[in-house]
Amino acid sequence: MRRKQVLQGNIIVAKAALAARCNFFAGYPITPSSEIAQFMSRELPRMGYDFIQMEDEIASLGACIGASLSGRKVLTATSGPGFSLMQEHLGMAVMAEIPLVIVNVMRGGPSTGLPTKPSQSDIMQARWGTHGDHPIIALYPAFADEIYSETIRAFNLSEKFWNPVIILLDEVLAKAHEDIELPRKNDIHIYKEKIHRIKDLNIYDREIGENPPRVDFFKGYPIHIDGLEHDKHGWPTSDPETVNKMQTLRMQKIYHYLDEIVKFKEYYMEDAEIMIFSFGVSARSSLAAVKMAREQGIKVGLFQALTIWPFPKIPLKERFKQIKKVLTVELNMGQTKYEIERISLDDVEKKALLRANGIPFTPNEVLDKIREF
Amino acid sequence: MVQQRTNPLRKYIRNRKLPHFFCPGCGCGQILNYFLKAVDDLQLDFKKIITIGGVGCTARIPIYLNTDSLHGVHGRTLAWATGIKLYRPDLKVVIFAGDGDLVSIGGNHFLHASRRNLDVTVILVNNFNFAMTGGQVAPTTPFNSVTMTTPYGSKENTIDVCKLAVSAGATYVSRWSTAKPIQTVKSIKKALQHKGFSLVEILSQCPTNFGRYALRTGDPEKVLEWIKNRSISKTKAEKLNEHELKDKFILGEFIDKKRPVFQGTTLFKEEDN
Repeated sequence: MRRKQVLQGNIIVAKAALAARCNFFAGYPITPSSEIAQFMSRELPRMGYDFIQMEDEIASLGACIGASLSGRKVLTATSGPGFSLMQEHLGMAVMAEIPLVIVNVMRGGPSTGLPTKPSQSDIMQARWGTHGDHPIIALYPAFADEIYSETIRAFNLSEKFWNPVIILLDEVLAKAHEDIELPRKNDIHIYKEKIHRIKDLNIYDREIGENPPRVDFFKGYPIHIDGLEHDKHGWPTSDPETVNKMQTLRMQKIYHYLDEIVKFKEYYMEDAEIMIFSFGVSARSSLAAVKMAREQGIKVGLFQALTIWPFPKIPLKERFKQIKKVLTVELNMGQTKYEIERISLDDVEKKALLRANGIPFTPNEVLDKIREF
Repeated sequence: MVQQRTNPLRKYIRNRKLPHFFCPGCGCGQILNYFLKAVDDLQLDFKKIITIGGVGCTARIPIYLNTDSLHGVHGRTLAWATGIKLYRPDLKVVIFAGDGDLVSIGGNHFLHASRRNLDVTVILVNNFNFAMTGGQVAPTTPFNSVTMTTPYGSKENTIDVCKLAVSAGATYVSRWSTAKPIQTVKSIKKALQHKGFSLVEILSQCPTNFGRYALRTGDPEKVLEWIKNRSISKTKAEKLNEHELKDKFILGEFIDKKRPVFQGTTLFKEEDN
């Protein structure tokens, strides 16, 4: 039997990243994510790889882009204020289709906000933080084992779809030490892409819905990578037809594979009359509340989103066919609440438990809200 | 019969990207030529060069070069170069940046790349203004110049990029102008062969914007004349006092020394040669 370990959430992320063969980290210290950088600064150099602390978060993600284009698997970790600075390069990575993984250990905001307190208020920033229409994948683990598995999944998805993937982590989960049984090396699935030989330097040439091919950059072909809207060669263009095609290609590479990307967990949902929609640390409070409510005979279940972007729209719509009462529990002033409102019909009674003062919900608070139905 | 001859440097150009987008009389075309001349003279392997540009007129140069090239957001060229260079130290990284790109929005990255002595070559084209956006004030715009955002004259002091680079730790720094092709090509050659952070600042004419607004002439020759009149060689400058050097551009090599280059943090790297 595998030995259980007691590890901090941040360290679980770092260990999972190494298991996923991450071999480059560029970052900038910020509470509450610094342990990830510290762990990587110790481990990567002795494996023969590089860790670098850059001059700011903009440069951190910039260095990640450079390393990723050179063929490395890259990670950076930050928190709200740093994530705000990274939005510029996040957009460039989406546009030029560069794989990278960003961990955002969320803290209270806006601005420097509440540096040592948890918050779930960067959800919309993860979706729409960088300007322009763009596809994005954001994962949201809630338990120690999920932090490990979702980090590995983040690398796999970013490599497969050539898109940045964001891991949203709650401050309490990042700082808490929990027991975890790490999986064996052989049990970890790591996505390995085929390296396509590039014909005629058409690096972005593909059919709608197809995965982008792996780019053989810096091999002297010579390839051009651009942050401007580009054609199939990567050369800047503003031809409306080409722009339309490229926009569609980028969006559809994600939306054609929703089954694979969207992951969620359900608890006590078989006969539920009330559904709680939650994620991260709030999902853990909610799960405890669901168990308490079940003891009292209240038929309530929990829908825990593991993939927060793209939003689990299709499975939720399916649930709303039977369940007519939904409670959204999130540590912010109301963000996914509006997504739920968008996808549920008027016949669904909607309530939300919201708070953004840096204190996570207790199960009793969630239970009291359930009783309000 | 007239024999058709093509420029021997055309082999380094992405022909399908021509014609280029530079204004008539712009210095960027000259600098493109100087760079290619330097590469050709040194017989460098063009497949082992990466050219990088951020945003700006100068930053467009990599689009026309038939190398692996990267062209992205404003001012972050040195950040990408750091990531590239750590994994591919065998490649020569050349950054084309304007004054706004390098020392305005990218000033922080410039300081730290110099400090680290990152092994890249930066070709800074200083045309004294933000040209692509239509001629606004830059950190290099001379005091009291009229630009599109300083209609009553700029009230800010300028930055001496070469001095800044030297004090931050760059190991090869020189300044020339488009009016000095021979020295510029020689300097680019030295920079390309230099191991460490090398900066070649080239003062360049922007007749369309800086010329028309600040100098009240759209004539490239007159703008170049203005640069020439204000330029003074380093040896001559050494004999002059601070007052006499006011508003002068000192041309020459400011530093050429060896210092260990940044090789990342890995414990498995060969010694610096």
